[in-house]
This record gives sequence, structure tokens and C-alpha cells, in this order.
Amino acid sequence: MRITCPLCGERDRREFYYKGAALVRPAEGEDLDAWHQYVNLRENPAGPLDELWYHEMGCNSWLKVTRNTATHEILAVQLASEAGLGGQK
Amino acid sequence: MADLIAKSPCEGLLPVTIGGISLTEEQPGSMWALAPFKGQEKALGKALEAAHGMAFPAVNRATGKAGSRAVWFGREMALLMGPEPDANLAEHAALTDQSDAWAVVRLEGAGAEDVLARLVPVDLRPHVFKRGHTVRTELKHMMASVTRTGPQAFQIMVFRSMAKTLVHDLKTAMEAVTARG
Repeated sequence: MRITCPLCGERDRREFYYKGAALVRPAEGEDLDAWHQYVNLRENPAGPLDELWYHEMGCNSWLKVTRNTATHEILAVQLASEAGLGGQK
Repeated sequence: MADLIAKSPCEGLLPVTIGGISLTEEQPGSMWALAPFKGQEKALGKALEAAHGMAFPAVNRATGKAGSRAVWFGREMALLMGPEPDANLAEHAALTDQSDAWAVVRLEGAGAEDVLARLVPVDLRPHVFKRGHTVRTELKHMMASVTRTGPQAFQIMVFRSMAKTLVHDLKTAMEAVTARG
């Protein structure tokens, strides 16, 4: 499995650390349900899934990687900072 | 007062020559991380050019020459190797002294690429990885910085605490490559 880092280029999977699903963070003041959903509830699709990966051994960027969980095909890679996941810009 | 004796990271471990490949320790002088403040990338580039005569390196590139180099060192960061950073740079970037934090070695000779091919999961062959190219990658599970400094020469850096492992792994790979004849 290889991931094309937007900065470093195509790299082996062993350079990356896996975090989990890439979810949009609820805005400030959202109700408990939204936070419960964000913190605890996960989809588990057999197909494309947005995930967070960290290029630990490379440029130290967090990436939003769209991966097919059934085939491990990498469909899209983007810097997490540019993926509109919320938090401070 | 106590008389302190400076000890380089690979003291007692290097130099080593196996076959036609040599592994030596580099003494790069001071090493400072330059991390530009938000929106200050261009201003830092100008200040670096004015003070030290080299450009701020693009991603996967190194600028300058032996003794005074700027190596891309991760996202929005470069490592200035050699000179003490000019005070003007501090206006545009966070400067961090890392002089004692890294073991720096030089691998040189015919087959140096073959040695690294056993340890580094990146294509370092000369037509892809040319002089002035650099990568942050792993070397046998250690976070490393690899830069081509010559037609058959690489500068390799890992954390100082891993110097012995680095030398061991490189020596093992050098022996294996040489044994193939």
C-alpha cells in the first residue's frame, strides 16, 4: 500500500501512522448529540472511507486519505489543514 | 570548573570502509531548525539569501554547499547546517538549536544507492534522486533525513541517540552489498 503525500510524493505505507475516520468537527456551541456523534459513532463501510493519516517519518503533515477499506485502494489524498475538517484555520 | 570534553555522536564507531564504500562522520558545525512564521516564508527566504547566500529550500530539496547548507526538513521547516543563523532570521522564523541532536554521516562510493535501497523505502537512484535532492523518510524504522551531496555520496541524519544503530545497520547493509560482488 502506498500513499501519495501532497508534499513528499508517493511513499510506502510504513512511513505513515493511522489515526481513524476523518470527521468534520462540530462547531462551537453544538449540542451534545453532535459531539456524541463526533466522538463515539463511526461508520464501518466496506468501501471508500475518509481517514486521517500522519506522515510521521516524512514531512509531519496530517493527511485526509480516502481509502477503499475492501481493496486498500487509495482514492484521494489531501492535507488535513486544507480539508475543511474544522478547528482553527 | 569541570573540564568538559565534546564527544561527537559517532565517536569510536567511524570511519568504516567496506569494499569500495566508505562511511564517515560529518562535523556539520551548528544546526538550527528554521520554521517560518505564518505568511513570512518569502521574507525568510530573502533574509536567508542576504545573510547566508542561499535560498530557502523547496520541498525535497537542499540549497547551499558543503559547510553551509539549508536542507528541507519537514513541512514548513528547513535545517540550516554550518553557520550560526543571522539574528535577522529570528524576525521571520522560529529558530531552534539542534546542533547536538543529530548524528550526521556520509556514505560514499560505488554502490551507495544499493546500500540505502536495503534500508530506505524511497527510490534514491541517481536519475531520480539528484544532487541537491533530499527526503525525510525512515531508515530501518528510524526517522531520517537523506540528502544527495555528490554523484556517489549521501548525507544521512538520524537522532543522536540512534547513532550506534545507524552505524550498525549501514555497516550490515554495506557488507551485504559488498558480498554480492
